[in-house]
Amino acid sequence: MAAILVYAELAGGKVASTSLEIVSKARDLGDVYAVALGTGAKAAAATLGKHGAKAVHVNEDKVFDDYVAEPATDAVAALVEKEKPDAILFGFTPDSREVAGRLAARLGVGLIANAADIAARDGGFEARVPYFGGAKLATMKANSKPAIVLLRPKSFEATEAGGAAEVKQLDVAVAEGSKRAHITERVAEASEKVKLEDARVVVSGGRGLGGPQNFPMLEDLANALGGAVGASRAVVDAGWVPYSMQVGQTGKSVRPGVYIAVGISGAMQHTVGMKTSKVIIAINKDAEAPIMKMADLGVVGDALKIVPALTEAVKKKKNG
Amino acid sequence: MKIVVTVKQVPDPNSNLTLEADNSISRDKEVVLDPGDECGVEEGLQLKEAHGGEVVLVSMGPERAKDAIRKGLSMGADRGVLVSDASLAGADALLTAKVLAAAIKQENPDLVICGTESYDGSTGMVPPMLAELLGVPQLTFAKKVEVDGSTIKVHRQTADGYLVVEAATPALITVTAAIAEPRYASLKGIMAARSKEIKQVTAADLGVEKSEPAETIAGVADAEARKAGEVIEDDGSAVDKIVQVLAAAKVI
Repeated sequence: MAAILVYAELAGGKVASTSLEIVSKARDLGDVYAVALGTGAKAAAATLGKHGAKAVHVNEDKVFDDYVAEPATDAVAALVEKEKPDAILFGFTPDSREVAGRLAARLGVGLIANAADIAARDGGFEARVPYFGGAKLATMKANSKPAIVLLRPKSFEATEAGGAAEVKQLDVAVAEGSKRAHITERVAEASEKVKLEDARVVVSGGRGLGGPQNFPMLEDLANALGGAVGASRAVVDAGWVPYSMQVGQTGKSVRPGVYIAVGISGAMQHTVGMKTSKVIIAINKDAEAPIMKMADLGVVGDALKIVPALTEAVKKKKNG
Repeated sequence: MKIVVTVKQVPDPNSNLTLEADNSISRDKEVVLDPGDECGVEEGLQLKEAHGGEVVLVSMGPERAKDAIRKGLSMGADRGVLVSDASLAGADALLTAKVLAAAIKQENPDLVICGTESYDGSTGMVPPMLAELLGVPQLTFAKKVEVDGSTIKVHRQTADGYLVVEAATPALITVTAAIAEPRYASLKGIMAARSKEIKQVTAADLGVEKSEPAETIAGVADAEARKAGEVIEDDGSAVDKIVQVLAAAKVI
């Protein structure tokens, strides 16, 4: 059996949902073990075990919480040296890719990023990577050993297999020289009412809204629907709304019951993050916008008129 | 302070991309300096204006990538380095990082600035690899940068706010588009850029050996396409129609 190492990402002491999705999938590939670093690692081990990890290497040193990427790279590199996994899987998330990139460079092996699926084949691994806005899927055979693959969030279901992981203390000497990028403060700006990734309705806005002053009308609609508000990269880059709202290849991946794209043309960077939504509704001035070709319902019209009217209609329907 | 900004020439994100017969993305399209890198150049220029020093642009690409470097020079950067080599065509992230690291080491900068991710590949894997190969810390996703002597401090964008991250230089930072509005090149800047140096080197000049690519493409398939649905003009009935769709999807 191939040995599969999953890098479990911890955030605020909790294991990231993406890591559980990947551990669940990794059961198809071989014997799964995981590494969890920082505060909450031992508790995470139990959760990872339930999802299929046979063993979890843990270290609760706060150095992993307080310094970016380098201590984690030291620890994972030491574990790789000892255990010689056939594949190392990471989430394709902002935090995990920092560790994955450093690790690959340190080991001198390549990696495959942005993968939506992975399979064992001919004693190696094949990843499926969406490109061209998710319209095409490239099958990529990993050439390196270990294979390092970064998998997109929401690519797999997190399922419990009912096991218990053996918890192994990972003793690692983090070099003093690795304590460099120091996190000195954590500032919370906005508390999300409904998490974008988990919302059953997402209302997203793009440049077609005209300006940031028109985003509140999307919030009103999302509130009426019990959903969350997202945005295209164009308006995040323009500074209208924070990065946390970006839906797309490097923003968040969502698959809600209904996705309402308002004033979004449908650039590939965006559609790859939302094309698996069950129902897509697009509101756009331009009938030729690419989003219209993938929408279940495309409305050509003035979003600034339609959205408030829709919010009222939804409220009325809900109340009556 | 000596600053290196990495820059990349990419297909214009505002143009419609097309595929070649072999399913690769056409590179014959209009190409521009990556808009994310424009923000990196802007941040480099602002730091130079505040603290003095030099801004050097480093790029890897075909000969025509000089146009992207020239754009940054016209904004005000001091000079450029282009690593151009036919053997580097199709380089993966690790080879790209190795090449950039070799070129940057010759400059020995205090600070390396990269975009968070390119507009074409959009995987953001080169910066952490580059930081590792240069042996410097990485301060990524910066929406704000402060330099105080040899200390660099950034506000790192997170899902619900930001982290304050500090390190001593030399260091590598990646910047988001929120960092700074790129300036327009003035006519004077464009004229001045014509006489600024762009040094062109090959992988062999830098002593970089080509490594095995991370992956071999075994095939390309069409992803399951969404069926095109109904497109209607809003004649006043669109709201009712949307409500019907929402009701059918059982969200109201």
